Amino acid sequence: MIVRILGEGQFKVGDEAAAKLAVLDKDLDAAVEASDEAAFKAVLGASARLVRESGTRVPDEEFVTADFILPFADATVAEVRKLLADGKIPGDAVGLT
Amino acid sequence: MSVMKRVSLIFRAKANRALDRMEDPRETLDYSYQQQVEMLTRVRRGVADVATSRKRVELQMNSLQKEVTRRDNQARDALAKNREDLARAALQSKASLQGQLNDLQVQYSSLQEQEEKLTLASQRLQAKVDAFRTRKETIKATYTAAEAQTRINEAFSGISEEMGDIGLAIQRAEDKTAQMQARAGAIDELLASGALEDHVGGTPDHIQAELDQIGAGSGIEAELARMRGELEASAPRQIESSANGDAPGSTGAPTAERPQAGDGS
Repeated sequence: MIVRILGEGQFKVGDEAAAKLAVLDKDLDAAVEASDEAAFKAVLGASARLVRESGTRVPDEEFVTADFILPFADATVAEVRKLLADGKIPGDAVGLT
Repeated sequence: MSVMKRVSLIFRAKANRALDRMEDPRETLDYSYQQQVEMLTRVRRGVADVATSRKRVELQMNSLQKEVTRRDNQARDALAKNREDLARAALQSKASLQGQLNDLQVQYSSLQEQEEKLTLASQRLQAKVDAFRTRKETIKATYTAAEAQTRINEAFSGISEEMGDIGLAIQRAEDKTAQMQARAGAIDELLASGALEDHVGGTPDHIQAELDQIGAGSGIEAELARMRGELEASAPRQIESSANGDAPGSTGAPTAERPQAGDGS
């Protein structure tokens, strides 16, 4: 599975790590729902570490899209809420906004 | 639904919307490449902006550090002149300045981190853009417009995600820099207005003024004492100078005896 950590790039992650990540993702969702900043920070940190440590970097010449995208490793609940709510991503490959 | 999945869908939707707008797929490649090059310029400018902001904070930290040291010296000076009130005022001012300095230190570290991350991001994008250029030329040379579609979609979606990532990173850096500039502006104003010169009194540095006043008087006293000492040293009589020498000499002796006293208790 391909996972991107925002601000850090894409990683190829094995099945075992992907399964762990899916569990962490549920916790992350719960933390966002509950606006639990401490839990969010802990789960996000654990997820990013898992991806960095068990994954391998996707080579630059490979053009793939990620199945999972982790927020910036130091993101806040508010930041993620905003991204999920308005879905605005500046500067895609066609129109710079 | 999952956070990580939802974010990836947002990125994908964005790429798809962009692809749908394109009529000739091969045109997409060239247009996209232009946008990538522009994005590279933007991210480099972002790095430069954060660096400028960081340097500004560094200069302010230096100024504040000088003020902290000056207040510390004033406090010592005031105590030596038996002016505890002035020493207290100087230390109060020092504590307030130190607080601001600590705050700036935190900001500085955060900017430094931001700068490093953005620099890495710009290197990543550069590598990706180079790879895209090669891919683009291969696709154009090898495939007809119809055949090229799948490969173009692939390359385009991949680069689009990278661009979105960088775009968000630049936005974050800009927000951070803007926040810092507001704070830095406030501190610059403080430094310029001379308010940092004196947190305690209303007039420019009344602590220093009073110390100087005492200093003028006590300076003369100190010089007199020094001259007296010189005269006595050159005279044959040693009684007074040995009496003066008692103080430093006596500090050594008790320390040797102290361990015994400690054992007894």
